[in-house]
Amino acid sequence: MAVSGVVMLLYLVFHMLGNLKVFFGPGDLNGYAAWLRTVGEPFLRYGWFLWIARCALTAAVVVHGVAAYQLSRRDLRARPQKYAHQRQRATYATRTMRWGGVILALFIVWHILDLTTLTVNPHAEPGHPYQNIVASFSTWYGGGIYCVAMLALGLHVRHGFWSAAQTLGANNPRRDRTLKVCANALALVLTVGFLSVPVGVMIGVVR
Amino acid sequence: MNLTLRIWRQAGPDAPGALTRYQVSGISPEMSFLEMLDTLNEELILAGDQPIAFDHDCREGICGACGMVINGQAHGPERTTTCQLHMRHFRDGDTIDVEPWRAAAFPVVKDLVVDRSAFDRIIGSGGYITAPTGSAPEAHATPVPKEAADLAFEHAECIGCGACVAACPNGSAMLFTAAKVVHLNVLPQGAPERSSRVRSMVATMDDEGFGGCTNTGECATACPKGIPLSGISMLNREFLRGAGR
Ligand code: HEM
Ligand code: SF4
Ligand code: FES
Repeated sequence: MAVSGVVMLLYLVFHMLGNLKVFFGPGDLNGYAAWLRTVGEPFLRYGWFLWIARCALTAAVVVHGVAAYQLSRRDLRARPQKYAHQRQRATYATRTMRWGGVILALFIVWHILDLTTLTVNPHAEPGHPYQNIVASFSTWYGGGIYCVAMLALGLHVRHGFWSAAQTLGANNPRRDRTLKVCANALALVLTVGFLSVPVGVMIGVVR
Repeated sequence: MNLTLRIWRQAGPDAPGALTRYQVSGISPEMSFLEMLDTLNEELILAGDQPIAFDHDCREGICGACGMVINGQAHGPERTTTCQLHMRHFRDGDTIDVEPWRAAAFPVVKDLVVDRSAFDRIIGSGGYITAPTGSAPEAHATPVPKEAADLAFEHAECIGCGACVAACPNGSAMLFTAAKVVHLNVLPQGAPERSSRVRSMVATMDDEGFGGCTNTGECATACPKGIPLSGISMLNREFLRGAGR
C-alpha cells in the first residue's frame, strides 16, 4: 500500500506541476507534451520514456488496488460481529479511504478515456492537449467529474501520506505533528494545483 | 439516578446473544460503572436470574480485565478503564448500551466476557527478555539512556486490556503489539532478541486473526494508558529492520 502509494504521489506532484503550464498558453503546454515524448533521446527512442512511466504507474495502481482489496477483506473478517451501538469513527479522510479509492480508480479510467485515448473527448485532436483540455472542461460533466475526483484525491492523500509514513516506520512521538502538517500541506497543494486547471477553464482564464 | 441498560447477554460461546433491556434505580453518581453493574446483578440474583458475567479484578485501573464497550466506545465516554469510569459521566434517565469487545480473535465466553488469550500468545512469542533470574542486578551495570528509558516506560504502561482491538474498525492488535515490542526493543536488555522478537510477535498476531492496520488511530484514542499511535510506526520500523536478519 505504502510503497505503491508513494510512487503515485511522486507522479502526481510532477503531473500537477506539468498541468500548470496550461496557464502559459497552448504553445507552452503542447510543447511540454511533445517534449515528454522526446525525453531521454537518443538513449531512449521517441515515446519510450512515456511508456516506461505508464507501465510503472499501471503497476503501482494494480498493486495498490490488489493490496487494498486484500487488506479490506482481512479487516472485515477480523470483526465478524458489528457493534449494535455504532458511532462515528475517525476523521472524514480516514473513513473514506476505501470508497474514495474506488472513486479515484473510476476517475483514472475516465481520465485516460478523456485525455489520453481521447475516446470521450469533445475535441479529440491528438498532439493538441491544450485544446482537448479546454474542450473537456468546458462541458459540465467534464469539469464536474474532475472537480469531484480532485476533492477525493485531497482526502485520500491527507490520510494516505501520513499513513504511508507510519507504515514505513518513519514516524515517532516527536515527528507525528510535523508529518501530519506535511500530509495536510501536500493534500492541499495537490488539490488546489489540480483544481486550478478546470476552474481556470470554467471562469474563462484558460480558453 | 435511574437508568435503562441494554446489555449483551449470551449464555455461552456458541449460544446466540442479544441486547437485553434492564432498568436500574438508586444509582449514585459516585458509583463506578462496575459498581452499578454489581447493583444490577444483586437484583438479578435476588430475582433468581443469571447475573451478568463481566471481567474485573483490580478495580483500580491497572489490571486491564474490565473490558466492555459502552455506548459504542471501549471503556465508555472517559479515557480510562471501566472500573474507573464513574456514573457522574451519565445523566439520570440515560439509556446505556453495553457490549463485549468485538473481534474474531476475542471470542465471547459469556455475556460481556471475552477470551483474550490471543494477547497472551503474542506475549508468549517474544514479549519478554531471556535473562537469568535471581537477585536483582546492580542498577549501574547496564546504563540506559534517558531517552530510551522514557520511551520504554511510555510503552510499558500497556495493561493488555484490549480496548485498542475493540475500538479499531479492523479489529487490529497493532497498538498492543507495538507497545510491547517498543518497550523491550529500545532497551539494552531487549537488544539481543530485538529482531526475533518483532518477527515472531507480529507472526503470532497475524495468525490469531487480528485485522490489518490502516492507521485509523481509534486504538490510541481509546487506550486508557495513552500508548501513542506513533508506536505503531516504531513497530513497523523494527519489523522492517528485523525482516532481513
Ligand atoms: C486505484 C485506486 C485506489 C484505491 C482503490 C485506493 C485504496 C486505498 C486503500 C483501501 C488504502 C488503505 C486504507 C487506509 O490506509 O486507511 C489506501 C491507502 C493509500 N493510498 Fe490509495 N487508493 C487508490 C488510489 C490512490 C492514489 C491515486 C494514490 C496517490 C496519491 C494513493 C495513495 C495512497 C497512500 C499513500 C496510501 C497509504 C498507504 C499506507 O497506509 O501504507 N491511492 N488506498
Ligand atoms: S495498547 Fe492501550 S488499549 Fe491496547 S491493550 Fe495496551 S493499554 Fe489496552
Ligand atoms: S478491573 Fe482492573 S483495570 Fe478495571
